[in-house]
Amino acid sequence: MKLIKKLWMLALLLPALAVANEGGAHLDKAPGSLKDQASLQRGAQFFIANCLACHSASYMRYNRLADIGLSEDEIKKLLPEGSKPGSTMKAVMDAESAKAAFGVTPPDLSVEARARGVDWLYSYLRSFYVDTSRPSGANNLVFPNVGMPNVLGGYQGDQALEIEKHEGHEVKKLKLTSPGSLSTAQFDATVGDLVNYLDFMSEPAKLVRFKLGYIVIGFLFVLLFLAYLLKKEFWKDVH
Amino acid sequence: MKLLKNLLGWIDERFPLIETWKLHLSEYYAPKNFNFWYFFGGLAILVLVIQILSGIFLTMSYKPDALFAFASVEYIMRDVQSGWLIRYIHSTGASMFFIVIYLHIFRGLLYGSYRKPRELLWIIGVVIYLALMAEAFMGYLLPWGQMSFWGAQVIVNLFSSVPFIGPDLSVLIRGDFVVSDATLNRFFALHVIAVPLVLAGLVFVHLIALHAVGSNNPDGIEIKKKKDANGIPLDGIPFFPYMVVKDVMAAVAFLIVFCAVVFFAPDIGGYFLEDNNFVPANPMKTPEHIAPVWYFTPYYAILRAVPPLFGSQFPGVIAMGVGSVAILFLPWLDRGAVKSIRYRGPIFKAFLAAFVVSFVGLGWLGLLPATPTYTLISRVLSVVYFAFFILMPWYTKIDKCKPEPDRVTFK
Repeated sequence: MKLIKKLWMLALLLPALAVANEGGAHLDKAPGSLKDQASLQRGAQFFIANCLACHSASYMRYNRLADIGLSEDEIKKLLPEGSKPGSTMKAVMDAESAKAAFGVTPPDLSVEARARGVDWLYSYLRSFYVDTSRPSGANNLVFPNVGMPNVLGGYQGDQALEIEKHEGHEVKKLKLTSPGSLSTAQFDATVGDLVNYLDFMSEPAKLVRFKLGYIVIGFLFVLLFLAYLLKKEFWKDVH
Repeated sequence: MKLLKNLLGWIDERFPLIETWKLHLSEYYAPKNFNFWYFFGGLAILVLVIQILSGIFLTMSYKPDALFAFASVEYIMRDVQSGWLIRYIHSTGASMFFIVIYLHIFRGLLYGSYRKPRELLWIIGVVIYLALMAEAFMGYLLPWGQMSFWGAQVIVNLFSSVPFIGPDLSVLIRGDFVVSDATLNRFFALHVIAVPLVLAGLVFVHLIALHAVGSNNPDGIEIKKKKDANGIPLDGIPFFPYMVVKDVMAAVAFLIVFCAVVFFAPDIGGYFLEDNNFVPANPMKTPEHIAPVWYFTPYYAILRAVPPLFGSQFPGVIAMGVGSVAILFLPWLDRGAVKSIRYRGPIFKAFLAAFVVSFVGLGWLGLLPATPTYTLISRVLSVVYFAFFILMPWYTKIDKCKPEPDRVTFK
């Protein structure tokens, strides 16, 4: 029996070992926290101003931004023309012209953070580099030959790909060649806020789920104690 | 009090209420030495109820239409009051159902619960397990994400490898030549009404069969052999209230684990809810790596481990099918002198341990892409998996068992 128990314990640990990075490129850890409302609000504003030009977030309603502390008036100021607070976030560009321009339809970003993970997004958005062989003039280290042009280049500046050789294997690195309107630290923080917002948007319930969880589980522990006492009381007469 | 008595009497003249209560609860005698492993049958019923209730509420907002299915799930997650909670309860329940059922089956292996006179009880249980797999498979298509779509595509394609009738069979299952809106609609119908009805019926029959033969116990001896003057088993205690209060305690403990998943990690790093399933189904774009949900991966690994014959995957499909129903034959494969692992010899224990390692190992490998090394390990583990069954008549017979006690071991 002891052996079997140990085997089960081992079995439960195995899946943890199986987690692997499938993309290959090294991913940086996204710095954001859903508890940081100011960061979420900055991210939301940046998202609406920059990303919604081509991407939609068609499951996200503007008035849901109240969850991250924006007031009704603040939300109304962010609304594009023709949208109401209850509208979902539509792309400015229609899907067909976007496809004609980029070769692919820009994906809807509502649940992108769940599909890709925040670390992937944070790394991807900071990994564009100049590549004249691409139609858009830019390539990406995390997502090679991506259709998306380097939209954030104006903020980040231009990066160049450098290949260093280390004992036979290549290490790909990016180096800033001309600065953008933001410093590297500012740019990283901005992308951090954006990814933090994308994380919130992918699952708005995340903001309440943990709080509710503590209450429910706390209640269940009290109930467990009572159930244990009840069982003990009844089983007194079982010999 | 008198009114209640009159009411009971009125009902009892028309329906065997008190008789049923006594037969299945207050005078159903369960062995008093039940241990941890005996919680999982009751817990499986609890999860079934959770799934049916949460499922009813999901059905109110879900749209079984290829154009709207993915969006309707997100609608549930965002716009339906507490919709996210209902959805997570249902998705967590699916995985928890399999965890509970696998532990319940493992209990059967530990204590020989499939042995005479419980063969039919065991067979009904295996059929429930198969129905549960069908239920889970069809339910997984409904969110209409990439993994829903391609997982279903891969599994339904397996049926097309059946000689002669294969292609027609897979068209019959899909209702189309590819997984499409027609498939989604029929899977929805089967998932919300057909299979749940079958499951509920089978669970009822499982319980009736159990109460006819009586529960096994960790000592693997029959408590009905030692009765007192009134014909009550000496080692039996009434299910109500003793087992009920014990099971309530277990249910609350289980709900703590269940809620921890629901509230703190509903996707469990991509194992309960796969990352790629948050991308809407796209028939034009095959994902790089298609892995079924964790509870199917042991059989999926067996499928991939078997090399194709004349370019046909059919042998692997057969191995996978046989692998998933192999436990059905345990009552006739086991020739051991005793039922419980407590009195079995070292050979059975070693084989059972190897079997557990192979099952878990295959489950792990089924999640990973097939590389030559992994395929080799899968082959070795598949051989171990089947050896547990094929060699069973031999090793259970030669194993040196210890004598069983007369009465159950209790403290």
